[in-house]
Amino acid sequence: MLAEALTLSAVLFAIGVVGVLTRRNAIIVFMCVELMLNAVNLSFVALSRLYGATGQVFVIFVMTVAAAEAAVGLAIIIAIFRHKQTVSLENINVLRG
Amino acid sequence: MLLSSMQTIATATTGHPLADTAAKFVWLLPALPLLGFVVNGLLSLTAAANIGPADPSAVGHGHDDHSQESTHGAHGAHDDHHVVRHRHAALVSLVGPGVLAASFVLAAAIFMAMRGVEMHVPFISTLFSWMPVGDLHIDAALQLDPLSMVMVLIITGVGTLIHIFSVGYMQDDPGYPRYFAYLNLFVFFMLLLVLGANYPLMFVGWEGVGLCSYLLIGFWFSEQANADAGKKAFIVNRIGDFGFLVAMFLLFSNLGALDFMGIAGSADKLQPGGPLVTTICLFFFLGCAGKSAQLPLYIWLPDAMAGPTPVSALIHAATMVTAGVYLIARSSLLFSMAPVASLTVALVGGVTALFAATIGLKQWDIKKVLAYSTVSQLGYMFVGVGVGAYAAGVFHLMTHAFFKALLFLGSGSVIYAMHAAYHATHSHDDAQDMRNMGGLKQYLPITWVLMWIATLAIAGIPVFSGFFSKDEILSSVFARAHGSPLADAVWLGIPGSALLYFVYALGLAAALLTAIYMTRMMLYTFHGPNRTGEMERNHLKEAPWTMTGPLVVLGVLSAIGGFLNLPEFFTTLIPALPGETLAKWLEPVVGSATARLAGGEGHLPASTEQLLVGVAITIAVAGIVIAVTRLKPAALVKKSESPESVGLEKMLEHKYYVDEAYEKAIVTPTIVVSRAVLWKGIDSGIIDGLMVNGSAMFARAFGWVGSQLQSGQVGTYAWVLVIGAVALLGAFVRAMQ
Amino acid sequence: MITNEFYPLFYTFNFYVFALLALMSSLFFVTRKSPVSAALWLVSTMFALAVLYVMLDAEFIGIMQILVYAGAIMVVFLFVVMLLNLGQPSEFSDIRKNGPRLVAGFLGILLTAELLTLAWSPLDARLLVTTVPPSVATAGAGGIIGPVAGPLFTEYLLAFELTSVLLLVAIIGAVVLAKKRS
Repeated sequence: MLAEALTLSAVLFAIGVVGVLTRRNAIIVFMCVELMLNAVNLSFVALSRLYGATGQVFVIFVMTVAAAEAAVGLAIIIAIFRHKQTVSLENINVLRG
Repeated sequence: MLLSSMQTIATATTGHPLADTAAKFVWLLPALPLLGFVVNGLLSLTAAANIGPADPSAVGHGHDDHSQESTHGAHGAHDDHHVVRHRHAALVSLVGPGVLAASFVLAAAIFMAMRGVEMHVPFISTLFSWMPVGDLHIDAALQLDPLSMVMVLIITGVGTLIHIFSVGYMQDDPGYPRYFAYLNLFVFFMLLLVLGANYPLMFVGWEGVGLCSYLLIGFWFSEQANADAGKKAFIVNRIGDFGFLVAMFLLFSNLGALDFMGIAGSADKLQPGGPLVTTICLFFFLGCAGKSAQLPLYIWLPDAMAGPTPVSALIHAATMVTAGVYLIARSSLLFSMAPVASLTVALVGGVTALFAATIGLKQWDIKKVLAYSTVSQLGYMFVGVGVGAYAAGVFHLMTHAFFKALLFLGSGSVIYAMHAAYHATHSHDDAQDMRNMGGLKQYLPITWVLMWIATLAIAGIPVFSGFFSKDEILSSVFARAHGSPLADAVWLGIPGSALLYFVYALGLAAALLTAIYMTRMMLYTFHGPNRTGEMERNHLKEAPWTMTGPLVVLGVLSAIGGFLNLPEFFTTLIPALPGETLAKWLEPVVGSATARLAGGEGHLPASTEQLLVGVAITIAVAGIVIAVTRLKPAALVKKSESPESVGLEKMLEHKYYVDEAYEKAIVTPTIVVSRAVLWKGIDSGIIDGLMVNGSAMFARAFGWVGSQLQSGQVGTYAWVLVIGAVALLGAFVRAMQ
Repeated sequence: MITNEFYPLFYTFNFYVFALLALMSSLFFVTRKSPVSAALWLVSTMFALAVLYVMLDAEFIGIMQILVYAGAIMVVFLFVVMLLNLGQPSEFSDIRKNGPRLVAGFLGILLTAELLTLAWSPLDARLLVTTVPPSVATAGAGGIIGPVAGPLFTEYLLAFELTSVLLLVAIIGAVVLAKKRS
């Protein structure tokens, strides 16, 4: 089953990437990133069957970081929305050099 | 530090007969003037810090009431009202000459010690290891031998007198402590130059005296001409220093040693008369030509008279400019192995002697006359050391130090009086132009008598010092012209014998001209009617004792200095007198070199010698007679009323237009090339434009490209990131297969 | 543990079902225009993944997946979507052109291919095992949490503590960022 799990992980990751590339709604892009993280988690879990429970420990770390990232990221999105009345990435370019 | 260096000396030099004498304090000789420099320099600085623009020279000449005065060249004397003496003047007057006097006393003590012992080996006192680099081991070591002893005595002795003279001459100058600081520093470097036991240490002194010369020529730097003269001296000397350096490099690469003892030990590696030793000697001579103002690098010395007159006396007549002669005497071993180089030295010296003497004929500035006279006399010295008569060259160096210092100080006394008179009457005439003088003998009787002594000495009138030294040089040239290695050598296709006869003729002609121009100077300055003006006449008076005192001492030395090295014909005349004292004294240092160049016949037949002496006396007397009979001081008019001279006179007055020719041939092209190529092309174009601004432009362009990438569009970043990740993974995939 | 002879078949079947569910949900997720429906499809994906985790003997992770991801994080997402009232079509400003979409799809396929190549190239025979291997779940003493908690509180204690600091920072940061400017 590991081969299937890893394949699924790769496909989900690619789907997340394509989502990041094609979507312009900041929140959806964010969710695509979450999907990519989930794909990686799947790989960790699958391989933990071979290499021991350490992979699962890392999944817990990933989840924590994802939670923190969601908190800060969504707060940023709220702040941007207050400022620009939009969450479309095309309209957000305050980082222009 | 002093204690440890003393210990080093004690350990390094045990065994030498001088080890337990005053000679162990040799390091004090230069250290004392250095101490004086530090003290006076600090006084100068504190004064500047405490009372504002006290020094200087930063505010014109420090004349509060005559700031419009700009026509005066060099003068140190100011009127005695309105000018407040420097606040530390008393202390400076004590320290400045004091350290010199102490140095002189020590030098005299060492001299007494040295007289008692056989100086076959120089006394070397190593202070510390200076440059231990690979094969190169250079110590900061001082070398005492008869030659350096003579130089030390001249420098400290004449130096002390000139320092004392300066106390009077510079008394009202706002830069008084600065002046003595420079002067002390000069003596320090000069002693380092003559005491250094190796060429690099000597070079330190060599450069140091150049620096002090520059500082003192431009002492009144607020006037453009003085600052320019300082720069000119400095730059021209750099050409000579290049020669000195190259010679040192050649010596080290071929002999592996730079200390005098080491070179003496390994000199047999050099092929006598070979191209290498000739090249080394010629490069050394280039250095000498720069420092000692020989053709074609003499041009800086006349301009150097922009400095205070005591400086001209000490640096530009008595000591520093003779460093070149000292260098050749010190390197006599090398020069005696290179007859061609020695002939070059003699020829350049002879031509310079005559050339400068002709210019001296038509100069009106009293100091310029003396300056060209110095160049001419230096030429004599080089003739002497060039033909291998090293003792004679050093002898003339010594007598010249006496009488030329006297002449300069005397002229300083005259200028002091003239300036004081002009100042009292608010006249703005040139205090140094002889056409403004005349008849000064009744106002300055002491100066008049003493300067006549010096004039007779330089002209070569018997029993005065210059007669013996000059005659010895000329008779040496004549003696070497036949049957010596020099005469057998071939110089650029010319037989050395012919060349030496030519140099002898040059020397005689220069001697004639010397007598003429010196008598002319004396006549115009002290005799005939007075041309200073009615009002000024009443203010002319002799300088204070601090100035006349040193003059008297120098006058005595000028008169009897010749007895330090009486020639053989003279001692046969009066057997009671000791003969050739100096030559015997210098024998351990230059004896072998002299013998090598003299060949078999060291001495002329007595009859020939008497004939030569007769010729020399005749020429000297003839010169004076010609000057006295032909020149009419009464016909002279003031400088402002003098007509333009014409023809040859004009050419002489303009010094053969050499400065103008250099200006056209070297300075202007250099400036043009520097401006067009170095500045506009390389500096502005390549370095500023391409390198500096170019790199900035490149960085800016690169940054612009980068900033365009920073669109702020997160989507774009994501695309770039993904494409990069895909490419990277692709590379991994390829690598794994 | 169940040792029924049909168990492997049943296991495999269920694995494929939930894998397919996760795949389909994620495809729907990226293609929905509305953030709300997209979020719901993502929740679906996460549930399917939670099942797979459990099937892969990571029961604790599966539970955490449901609790933290589906339960907390996705709720916060939906909460923000609703708070900002982003459900309207005016906010659907996604790329409409086909060119970039195709390129993005191509990049996705390329990425998948590369990942698979990398994952499979050190092909381990154990990867192809379809039976249930003796798993961590069977290990007795610590139950299902013990094997995870062990390394977490010993080997990775520092990282664990830093993660807690990270969460604290994130909380403060979120409060500061989302606070209304006075």
